[in-house]
Amino acid sequence: MCDTCGCNITPGNKHLVEADGKLAKTEDGKAAVDVLHSLLHENDHQALHNREHFARHKVLAINLMSSPGSGKTTLLEKTIQNLGDSIKIAVIEGDLETENDADRIRNQGAPAVQITTGSACHLDAHMVHDGLHQLDLTDVDILFIENVGNLVCPASFDLGHHLNVTLLSSTEGDDKPSKYPVMFRAADLMLITKSDLLQYLDDFDPKAAEANFRKLAKDNPVIELSAKTDDGFDNWISWLKDTLALHHEKLSNGETMRPAIQADGVELHAHQHSHSHAHSHDHIHDHIHNKA
Amino acid sequence: MHELAICQDIIAQVEQIAAQHRAVAVHRIQLDIGPLSGVEAPLLEAAFPIACAGSVAENAELKIEISPIVVSCRSCNEKTAASANDLTCKKCGNWHTDLVSGDEMILKRVELDT
Repeated sequence: MCDTCGCNITPGNKHLVEADGKLAKTEDGKAAVDVLHSLLHENDHQALHNREHFARHKVLAINLMSSPGSGKTTLLEKTIQNLGDSIKIAVIEGDLETENDADRIRNQGAPAVQITTGSACHLDAHMVHDGLHQLDLTDVDILFIENVGNLVCPASFDLGHHLNVTLLSSTEGDDKPSKYPVMFRAADLMLITKSDLLQYLDDFDPKAAEANFRKLAKDNPVIELSAKTDDGFDNWISWLKDTLALHHEKLSNGETMRPAIQADGVELHAHQHSHSHAHSHDHIHDHIHNKA
Repeated sequence: MHELAICQDIIAQVEQIAAQHRAVAVHRIQLDIGPLSGVEAPLLEAAFPIACAGSVAENAELKIEISPIVVSCRSCNEKTAASANDLTCKKCGNWHTDLVSGDEMILKRVELDT
């Protein structure tokens, strides 16, 4: 819808695109137009619409990112069991193929939509928008978007979600934050999963993983947990509950949460929308730091 | 490898701008890319000819400027150069820093034949 309606031409940027606007001539006589848009302008625009859609339904949208096999779906299964009827969960699953993960979520009694990306290595805002059309968000409290397992591309795409949670399983290296800085810099929360295996894996040091995360100038919380043994799971559940409460508080003030790190374009874009929500860079870790 | 998707987004924007200015061709497209943007300039350059084929930007030159990674320290207020996986302050070593430059992915300027 937003690709065609022309609403990306706003009072804020109109002067740049009008023929008699801020047009300079280059030395060789070409007309030069200063744009200053994100390279993902179209995606960011769709993300903004998705975010407004979530706000209408008061839904908190959390983007789960990690490498394949780090335990995203297992985390969700356990989270749904743990929360029961107290907090209603829905899930958008992203995979290249199969309905397997969506089936696992449905087996826990939560609604799930599977997006199969074919060969695409990430979800984008348009795919999530399509998924939302298949999902009734009435009464849903938290929407998890389980991104395609990949520590590279998903970090670049704003989906309209409010927070990024990045998983690092103990079977991976504790230097993953250093190897994939773009991904881990985007994390509002880092979960060290499969902590039950740490006793067997003497080459994974959770402290080293956290130190590598801090080196990315991240003061966000780190939670160690196991979805098998429930170790540390309470901390995750508390984080979710605190975050949901903060989300509702912000909504009632006409604000919306955004991921800690956002591409320049998202900011540029948001500022050009007079109808956009006032956005805040408040860091939710202030409320939950002790639990990490 | 999402650089092709990004190129397609760029071309869609450039086509819009070209149409608004009734341009006959796009001469040059200028981008600012930071190492922490998650976008690789060489891959963008490789994907660009595929994305712009048949568009008004078909023969455009793609000019990419790489922004340096610079952080500002919350403790000592110094601005220092940093690397992608070490954003600590080079002066005092504190990791409580803010990124000043290095995560840009911006379509900066388009030059048109009108």
